[in-house]
Amino acid sequence: MFPIIIAISVVAGIGVVAGALLTTASKVMNVPVDETAEKLRECLPGANCGACGYAGCDGYAAALAGRLEAATNLCVPGGDTVSREISEILDLPVLDVIEQVAAVHCLGCVGTVQQKMTYQGINSCRAAKLQYSGEYSCTYGCLGYGDCAVVCPNNAICVQDGIARVIHERCIGCGLCARTCPNGIIHVHADTITCIIDCSNHARGAEVVKVCSAGCIGCRKCERECPVDAISIKENLPFIDYDKCVGCGHCKTVCVRKCIRFADFRGELTRSY
Amino acid sequence: MVKFVSIILAAVLVNNYVLRQFLGICPFLGVSKDLKNATGMSIAVVFVMVLATAVTYPIQKALLEAHNLAYLQTIVFILVIAALVQFVEIALKKFIPALYRALGVYLPLITTNCAVLGVTIANIDAKYTYAESIVNAFGSGLGFFLAMVIFSGVRSKLENSRPPKAFSGLPITLVAAGIVSLAFFGFGGIVENLFAKG
Repeated sequence: MFPIIIAISVVAGIGVVAGALLTTASKVMNVPVDETAEKLRECLPGANCGACGYAGCDGYAAALAGRLEAATNLCVPGGDTVSREISEILDLPVLDVIEQVAAVHCLGCVGTVQQKMTYQGINSCRAAKLQYSGEYSCTYGCLGYGDCAVVCPNNAICVQDGIARVIHERCIGCGLCARTCPNGIIHVHADTITCIIDCSNHARGAEVVKVCSAGCIGCRKCERECPVDAISIKENLPFIDYDKCVGCGHCKTVCVRKCIRFADFRGELTRSY
Repeated sequence: MVKFVSIILAAVLVNNYVLRQFLGICPFLGVSKDLKNATGMSIAVVFVMVLATAVTYPIQKALLEAHNLAYLQTIVFILVIAALVQFVEIALKKFIPALYRALGVYLPLITTNCAVLGVTIANIDAKYTYAESIVNAFGSGLGFFLAMVIFSGVRSKLENSRPPKAFSGLPITLVAAGIVSLAFFGFGGIVENLFAKG
């Protein structure tokens, strides 16, 4: 009878001491939680994509709560809804979010671009890039192993015929793919644009023709024909000034290589997270 | 000094907690998927192992053995370690928020890790002094660190390979863990011979 009482009282005693210690510790060393930050964090999407420029949604919420001159319309994936909620919590005027959309500036799919070797290494663009700039002769274009599709938080990119395609209805515009692409051929644009250049090859026309049947040869026809002078050729590639572009589609009609794409990049967002 | 070096070497290589004694397998398989998480977890384990030993050793000597209660060792140690880790978490949150964020979720995860409990009990069983116990705990933590880092490297190789369908996922990971463990069995007897007298 006697030993078991000692044993029980020792364990119970240790339990009580530990409990008391923890209770006082949590009272004494209580860290006040910033309620505004918590509330802001709840209305953010939680994809942690970094499109706002802060380290994840937690970082953006903390910056907003601390009023570190963080604008309320930085959450591109959240769009206007999130911007409105943030403004309500912080009691600031609502700012409109310009939705962003990613686009792959390349048309070099299987059949158009020349293959210089058969690559059998690790299944990723980054690895392929390290090995003689990938298996295609064009060293500027899409490598086709879908590193961008892997990082996309909303499954908006699929690789088809060896080239990455963005499904614009699903793209949340976070820009993770643009930062991942080893060739830097994915760019994020405001979704109000209507045309993009479907080539990233900065080589001269004769060299482009040798490696890809879909590449831009820098013939300057679009630059000359554009009615509002929105196109200028820089390093053998057309550059569209979207502030001037009126979306008439004339450049697409005159392009001899058919590498200017017209599309509606807007569209209702469908989310998978 | 030689004694301390031999204790550390033995704990890291010969008696590696994960690869030789098969304790702490859960985080070894669960958190070893990438190097960053593996390092975070391992640093937390080193930290908690040393701290737990520093606290449980006096309790064993002054409280349990002094009153013939050594049979309560396991349950008392679990209780003390759990409370201690909670306390450390609260204190870190208040005083060193940067470290709190770095250790993050791993600190509460290892509260009742069997490797931590194993180290504290092994120190008592091996009849180490207080200083030797602390050194042994530190070495065991380093051993865990080494196993985690090595295995996260192995796993990143596995990620890029295509095993037969029946092996893909956990089975091939377990096979790989077995092979890494076998490799560590090659260290058997090294420390004894290295520090043998005469």
